[in-house]
Amino acid sequence: MKTADLLDLATRNLRQSMLRNSLTTIGISVGVASLVSMMSLGVGLQRMISVRLEKVGFNLLTVMNRATLRMAAGPMAEAPQGNQADERALDEAARAEIERLPGVVEAYPEIRFPGEFAFGELTRRALVAGLPDSVKSTDDFNNVKGSFFSSREAGEALVEKAFAAELLGKNVPPAGRGMLKKAISLDVPALARAIVGKELTLSYSERLAGADPAAGYTVVPRTATVKIVGVLDIDMQSRFARVGVFLPMKFAQGLHVIQFIDPRVTTPVYNQLTVRVKDAGQVQTVEDAVKKMGFGAFSIQDAMRSLRQGFAVFDIFLGVFGSLALAVASIGIVNTLVMAILERRREIGIMKAIGASDSDVKRVFFAEAGAMGLLGGVLGVILGWLIGRVINTGTNIYLTRQGASSVEIWFVSWWLVAGALGFAVVVSLLAGWYPASKASRLDPVEALRYQ
Amino acid sequence: MGQAGSLRRVGNPPSEAPARGLPACPTIQIMTPNQTAPPAVRIDNLCRHFQMGTSVVRAVDGISLEIAAGDFVALLGPSGSGKSSLLNLLAGLDRPTAGSVVIHGKDLARLSRDELAGYRLRTAGMVFQSFNLIPNMSLVENVELPMRFAEVDRAERLALARKALERVGLAPRMAHRPTELSGGEQQRAAIARALINHPKVLLADEPTGNLDSRTGAGIMDLIVECRASLGMTVIMVTHERALAERYARRMLFLTDGKLTGDMETVNGDAR
Repeated sequence: MKTADLLDLATRNLRQSMLRNSLTTIGISVGVASLVSMMSLGVGLQRMISVRLEKVGFNLLTVMNRATLRMAAGPMAEAPQGNQADERALDEAARAEIERLPGVVEAYPEIRFPGEFAFGELTRRALVAGLPDSVKSTDDFNNVKGSFFSSREAGEALVEKAFAAELLGKNVPPAGRGMLKKAISLDVPALARAIVGKELTLSYSERLAGADPAAGYTVVPRTATVKIVGVLDIDMQSRFARVGVFLPMKFAQGLHVIQFIDPRVTTPVYNQLTVRVKDAGQVQTVEDAVKKMGFGAFSIQDAMRSLRQGFAVFDIFLGVFGSLALAVASIGIVNTLVMAILERRREIGIMKAIGASDSDVKRVFFAEAGAMGLLGGVLGVILGWLIGRVINTGTNIYLTRQGASSVEIWFVSWWLVAGALGFAVVVSLLAGWYPASKASRLDPVEALRYQ
Repeated sequence: MGQAGSLRRVGNPPSEAPARGLPACPTIQIMTPNQTAPPAVRIDNLCRHFQMGTSVVRAVDGISLEIAAGDFVALLGPSGSGKSSLLNLLAGLDRPTAGSVVIHGKDLARLSRDELAGYRLRTAGMVFQSFNLIPNMSLVENVELPMRFAEVDRAERLALARKALERVGLAPRMAHRPTELSGGEQQRAAIARALINHPKVLLADEPTGNLDSRTGAGIMDLIVECRASLGMTVIMVTHERALAERYARRMLFLTDGKLTGDMETVNGDAR
């Protein structure tokens, strides 16, 4: 029988027992909705975290001295490979060598330290970071109100909007910083008008090396005055989220501010380097080369890999639970079709008597099961999407009330839609296997005798 | 093989006028079975036994016979004599316990399930006492159903189904459901359905059993006309000897699954 005729017969038969078939289809749609809503939760969470990680930069590589990396990773870190002597110091020579690696655009030290700022009568503390010129083009810095640094050595500063508000004497609650800051409405242009061009005095501790580096170093309290050139609104998902004041990289390096690694070393080394690679596809090659040089290195891609593995397990878990309802619904299909065979026994006998083959009869029942599966799948995807929307909206209403920014926890991707539809049809066809086989094997003489 | 040819009359019985609305077939040939050609049906020591608890029911018990192509044969016998069981074996709906049924060169006992379905689709057409039209389909859909299984294009099969319904006088009732029709009309639609794929053998199981005598006569005339125009073999189960004598050319008598009589009717030479 041709497919079009088969589908025509199947839909005609489905219409015959409208109520029963509709109930079975609704059962499938509930199963699919459960699967879709569960899986879209997994996909949504994964996507949310991935987006945050991507903001940090896919083409960036963080390089550390192995000992520092182990310390940062804590007791869970892998045991040291080789002896301590093999571990190279992350000094200027190493930085230059890394920068020469093919595919590397730049390698700059990560300079971060807590500083105390005097602004007029006020004194406030904030985290300070050195910024390379290359960040100018990134999302975080292309909306600076005011201007970017005039040069790499200029004694200038960019101020984060919440810290700018603090300096101007505004009472910014702690929640206004970092994670939940988006909920606080700050007029950035107004802040910039009020603060740009003014001077800020930074108090810090300088590491002062003596004549013999091996003999140790001195720590001297210093102050430096910088001119505020701009105010910026940092995305809470950025790697600069907690920084209050940004200084040009060369200028920040010139301050020789003591880093947390300094108490353990005698010669000046970098705490960590950020390596910017030309193309995200080269990150792994550069990472391998840097590791070969004797340094510890990791990238967002490493984090993404382990994240994906973790989410694969989580998705399977959600998928299995989501599929339970579909499995129950598939029993409904078996029941419906077995009932249909009983009711249409004589009809099956007639069809066989006038020339229908076993496979014709089997395909009619398969088509009915598949049609119920497809229709239930479509309804289920719509229902699952609606459930996701409702919970998303509810979650965001709650988050907004708590002062947090809204997030997309539920995400229905096209492959989830296609997968759910396919899965619903396959499960339905499997459920239809037994009834279809039973119908096809009916003895026509017996079936024709049936009243 | 039982007795043969003991009842013979010369000439045709006066044929009744066809039922109202029944069109005459365009050309009615006077057919006599071709005795020289290979037989349409050859049955050899055919048995169909059923196990009923501890006892064995011998529905068909060692029947051997031949039916010539184009013949009109009536299977007669009391209830439970094995007429319908034999017809089911001839239709390929059932398989023999022993023996062989060869129809137009095909041994049905050796065919696979799919091949048997193909045989029912293309070689044999069936007409039942209870019409067996599918109630949720219109007449035209019922008639074109076998052609769906034969994978004939929709437009072509609808045209053929319409033509077949016109031929049996049901053109105005094409869109009707079987339940909206009289018994006679339903049986005519069933005949149209049985003949739609131009079968070589028409198997009719008491086709007039549920009809009054006038309507039954109309149905029998239709079968005779179509047999004549299409040149097919007709094997009809009936328990009405008068009907068999009037329309069939040959009568086979069954008792307890055995062939107990085989004779030609007065129609023998003419039809």
